[in-house]
Amino acid sequence: MGTESETYQLGILGAGVMGSGIAALAVGHGVPVVLMDTDPQALERARAAVAHQVRHAGLVAALPAGVPRGELVLSTSPEDLAGVTAVVEAVTEDFAAKAKALATAAEAVTPGTPLLTNTSGIPVDELADGLPRPGDVIGTHFMNPPYLIKMVEVSRGPRTADTTLAATERLLTGLARQPVVIRDAPGFVTSRLLHPMINDAIRVVAEGTASAEAVDQLMRGCLGHPTGPLRTADLIGLDNLADALTALHLRTGDERSKPCVLLLEKVRAGDLGRKTGRGFYDYGEGLK
Amino acid sequence: MSDTETASADEAEISASLTRYLHDKLKVEVAPDDDLFATGLANSMFAMELVVHLEQTFGVMIEGQDLKLDNFRSARSMAGLVTRLRS
Repeated sequence: MGTESETYQLGILGAGVMGSGIAALAVGHGVPVVLMDTDPQALERARAAVAHQVRHAGLVAALPAGVPRGELVLSTSPEDLAGVTAVVEAVTEDFAAKAKALATAAEAVTPGTPLLTNTSGIPVDELADGLPRPGDVIGTHFMNPPYLIKMVEVSRGPRTADTTLAATERLLTGLARQPVVIRDAPGFVTSRLLHPMINDAIRVVAEGTASAEAVDQLMRGCLGHPTGPLRTADLIGLDNLADALTALHLRTGDERSKPCVLLLEKVRAGDLGRKTGRGFYDYGEGLK
Repeated sequence: MSDTETASADEAEISASLTRYLHDKLKVEVAPDDDLFATGLANSMFAMELVVHLEQTFGVMIEGQDLKLDNFRSARSMAGLVTRLRS
């Protein structure tokens, strides 16, 4: 982003699937990243995951040409967030974990630094509630993989400041992402619509109506879904999907959002989708 | 056999190994020259699986200018890439 008047340094909290993917998006666009996690082993895995994903983005020409990669710093200490211009929180889809990570970041950064939560559906205002500056908090729901999917669902909480929204939109535009701003609500738009549908697709498989392959084939071939719900589930990560469904069920009371038995069985078995090499499909050792 | 003949025999063997791999993964018969992306058989996620598969199976590193979708369009183009990187 050499031509931009603003220079960025992004702090990312959580070195899992989304944290490493957003880090790959940023460094691929020349933005330096401080990737934080409390688990040093997760950070070590993320070093390889970010490198892998930057290569993937390069392979499919998803990165700007001639832009040198941003530096990636891996850290376990919040003090390293001191200089960042924005923070993206991408820890486990759990209210307490997210609230804690955001509180830690709020203390480490300059007041007014946008705190972006990548929650897939916990209302932004709930997460902002315990923080010293709720106006700094906004939802930026990136899709996986964030460097391939250009659109980002931006959830503006009732207390999100105008300056936070404006800075977030500039940042996303600088990363060649396209924000769509919506009002804060459980599940926002995408998870509210997609997650119960995926949950139903899993029930259809569990009931023996069709195989995962057949469900995906029908959703692709007949209804124009790009990958099919079960492949999408594997891409999201089945643990994350179950957590997001639980968060949605808790807040809407919608029974369709209650994680179904087969989904929970797979999570318990450790078959979490692409990231572990197996979910509804087998991905082989190479992607572990 | 001359060096060229050995190389093309290797390349044919690699291509055959890749069509078997593609058949196994995509559950359809794939000819050596089928364009995986044009036919919609492969998408951008599967492309990276192919990179990892080639590197792990044939002991090559695919970097820089070689890391582009065109090199992964067909079993034959991937076999050509592997052969070149090995020589």
